[in-house]
Amino acid sequence: MTDQTAHRKLSFRILRYNPQENGSTPRLQRYELEEADGMTLFIALNEIREQQDPSLQFDFVCRAGICGSCGMMINGRPGLACRTLTRNLPPEITLAPLPIFELIGDLSVNTGRWMRDLGERLETWVHMKAGELDLGHIEETMDPDLAEQIYLLDRCIECGCCVAACGTARMREDFVGAVGLSKIARFRLDPRDARTDADYYELIGDDDGVFGCMSLLACHDVCPKNLPLKTQIAFLRRKIAAVGIK
Amino acid sequence: MRIIYTDVLVIGGGLAGLRMAIAARRRGHEAIILSLVPAKRSHSKAAQGGMQASLGNVIKGQGDSEDVHFEDTVRGGDWGADQEVVRMFVNTAPKAVRELAAWGVPWSRVRKGDREVIINGQKVTITERDAAHGLVAQRDFGGTKKWRTCYVADGTGHAMITAIADQAIAASIPVHEHNEALALIHDSGRCYGAVVRDLVSGELTAYVAKATALATGGAGRLYRVTTNAVICEGIGQAIALETGVATLGNMEAVQFHPTGIFPAGILVTEGCRGDGGLLRDADGHRFMPDYEPEKRELASRDVVSRRMEEHIARGKGAKSRFGDHLWLDITLLGEHHIRHNLREVYEICHYFLGVDPVKEWIPVRAAQHYTMGGVRTGPTGESPNLKGLFAAGEAACWDMHGFNRLGGNSVAETVVAGMIVGEFIGDFCDRPENDINIPTAVVHDYLEREQARLSALLTGRGTEDAVALRVAMQEIMTAKVGIFRRGKDLEQAVDELQQLLVRSRDIGVRYRAAGANPELVTAYRTQRMLKLALTVAYGALARSESRGAHYREDFPRRNDAEWLKRTLASWSNESDTLPTLTYEALDVRRMELPPGWRGYGARDHIHHPDTATREKEVEALKAKLASSDRFAVQQALMPYEQLLPPRLRGRNERIDDRS
Ligand SMILES: Cc1cc2nc3c(=O)[nH]c(=O)nc-3n(C[C@H](O)[C@H](O)[C@H](O)COP(=O)(O)OP(=O)(O)OC[C@H]3O[C@@H](n4cnc5c(N)ncnc54)[C@H](O)[C@@H]3O)c2cc1C
Repeated sequence: MTDQTAHRKLSFRILRYNPQENGSTPRLQRYELEEADGMTLFIALNEIREQQDPSLQFDFVCRAGICGSCGMMINGRPGLACRTLTRNLPPEITLAPLPIFELIGDLSVNTGRWMRDLGERLETWVHMKAGELDLGHIEETMDPDLAEQIYLLDRCIECGCCVAACGTARMREDFVGAVGLSKIARFRLDPRDARTDADYYELIGDDDGVFGCMSLLACHDVCPKNLPLKTQIAFLRRKIAAVGIK
Repeated sequence: MRIIYTDVLVIGGGLAGLRMAIAARRRGHEAIILSLVPAKRSHSKAAQGGMQASLGNVIKGQGDSEDVHFEDTVRGGDWGADQEVVRMFVNTAPKAVRELAAWGVPWSRVRKGDREVIINGQKVTITERDAAHGLVAQRDFGGTKKWRTCYVADGTGHAMITAIADQAIAASIPVHEHNEALALIHDSGRCYGAVVRDLVSGELTAYVAKATALATGGAGRLYRVTTNAVICEGIGQAIALETGVATLGNMEAVQFHPTGIFPAGILVTEGCRGDGGLLRDADGHRFMPDYEPEKRELASRDVVSRRMEEHIARGKGAKSRFGDHLWLDITLLGEHHIRHNLREVYEICHYFLGVDPVKEWIPVRAAQHYTMGGVRTGPTGESPNLKGLFAAGEAACWDMHGFNRLGGNSVAETVVAGMIVGEFIGDFCDRPENDINIPTAVVHDYLEREQARLSALLTGRGTEDAVALRVAMQEIMTAKVGIFRRGKDLEQAVDELQQLLVRSRDIGVRYRAAGANPELVTAYRTQRMLKLALTVAYGALARSESRGAHYREDFPRRNDAEWLKRTLASWSNESDTLPTLTYEALDVRRMELPPGWRGYGARDHIHHPDTATREKEVEALKAKLASSDRFAVQQALMPYEQLLPPRLRGRNERIDDRS
């Protein structure tokens, strides 16, 4: 776990742009840094900010690969910066903000608003069957395997990597992305949700939904949580198409 | 400078804040949530292991009840908790799990029949009941008599906050993300909202509300090594402190978690040990049974963390270039279990350590983890000093944890307190006398004051470097206000922190943009964090006893005779360099569970003069009611149900109640 190699000099090229600031234009800025043992991009970026450039913007929260705040383009590929070890990268590291999302500044993008809009549009909550809950009573049972299957889709951290990697999202502003489709797949699976495929058809039965996907499936390869996006999207398309045919 | 009016201003979009806002909304009040980050990225997301609630579905949880959960929690907190609040909590926790189950949380479920588990290092086959099949499952956690921790693999917090945040979207509750409360607006003992800075534009807005609810989480970043997220900086507690009116309770009670990965401090859940994982030393020896024969790896966190440090001090730590550590061994749980129930642990080990926990041991050492102290509230969640200010979750000292919280009791607290306090906020807003009646001039004064503070940093001639001050603070807190504390060190810590505080008044920033400006943020937060650090250190210095997570080498015994009381800190004047401490006694004569031995850890505490009398009283009452049911006994010992909002009262059904 401790690597004994002499420390490399890392050279970062970071896309800088602050839309809030008058006269700011996008540019690549270079920073040099000595690598340290176990260095992650979280550690490296903080070091750059503390020692070289206090104005550099980026987002980290949990720094443990759990919260989804730190998605960015790492040498051209979307990923979570906090759990990217520099030793797995070449000494030249180019960092850019995720495309598609509104830019806040430098490496920081507004995934929060995008995901909130998505949640409102797709109504990403369990639509409970009628009636006030009686909290004093034993909960409804659920098959243990089904609970685990739902959890596997529920593990989405809304980091935006799938959207950033998506060909359709670049062309269609309102495309719901793999994140949207996998959420619908999650609720479809959940017997607590009263919605039917006809309801889901209303939400994603068009080119901004499941029919917009061109099956390039870069989303599947970049998902940091390894969600089964490929199979889920294909499955969902069949099911939703079936409603359309009826 | 703008003013936004709302009924309820919730500061914090973690589990506690979201749940309070939902409650208030359901009561017909308008609520706005503020958050530094998108709500789902709040630190609640990182909770792994689970949520305690005495459902008793699994066979190892059979016989569990509110009573057992109550006793475990009070013992865990080393008798520092408010026992009435603990009762409110344990009775509501099952309701909270069941509500979340209906809202879509994919709780791991019980499978009937035989299964193999690891208990005390041995493979054991247990048989789950048919009647439990498909109900919410529980795992073992430290300091509990029964398997009580409900979980979603090891992504419990993630699943909980996803469901609750989506419910908040369903209820159309706005979350103003990238917004930071900088000061509470208050006048004549009444809170009216907050001055808020937009972290992107830098603009200040006054949010004026009938009720203001703080749910800003913990303050782990006062320490160098912590499991907490980088945004857990205690700003919520600090702005409450800065009112000079609200008080903070028990800030010296800081929990260290036994298994932060070494050296990064990222947490691997207590579920690792709950599911059978072992702690080993440099020689591969399993050492916890030597120290704690009863509970071994599953004594409470304060005890396990101290034993680990003790063992390292004896030279038994594994050496590495970053220092000494111990090992967490979960290899005996097997690949299937780790890949299904400890996925996050697997990923963390893989990405951050390059370790495969199926085959290799995980390097661990105790790291700061939880802030038991916080904004002091009564059972309704309202500050006793500042009317209209409520608090819930890790930011609060509602005081169900006392001096050490049990694993799984925190996410449980966030939603339970969210439900309960949310109802009381509803009541508060219903009362016409609580309408907003603050003159706008007062609001403008607050806005101007905060603007002036920011301008001083941005355009002043300060020369101090905020990052350097913060690093110095974190070093002091880690070295001198950590797991083991000594009077001498604490005195030094208080002195040094005071010097840092004075210097922090002279911070300058190099980057002078008024809008998005990470350096400015570090500057103003560091000023506030230093006040909080002083509150922790000064409280720890004053408390000349050991209780729960607060351990004084020079006063190793728990001293109920002198210290069965809660520390209350306030910050009277801006020019002060120390908080003012007062104390609130806990009343032994009203305790359902009088102070005693915890069942693990030290046995030699100093008794409170009322303890013996109260014990006799409790025994006599129990004897007298020997033929009554447990509810009647409980009611006779310490009635609490009247404290709960009516809609949350009532018993919790279990499968054993169904005949
Ligand atoms: C790694 C880890 C694992 C854990 N695992 C468990 C577990 O398994 N079981 C358990 O019971 N507990 C666990 N805990 C503890 C538990 O997760 C936390 O105590 C709990 O989630 C805190 O929730 P909260 O709602 O109080 O605060 P948080 O979730 O921390 O939310 C705080 C909110 O306040 C906002 N905020 C902060 N300051 C401001 C400000 N000035 N202005 C505006 N907004 C602000 C933030 O943006 C955030 O939305 C764990 C903790 C850690 C660190």
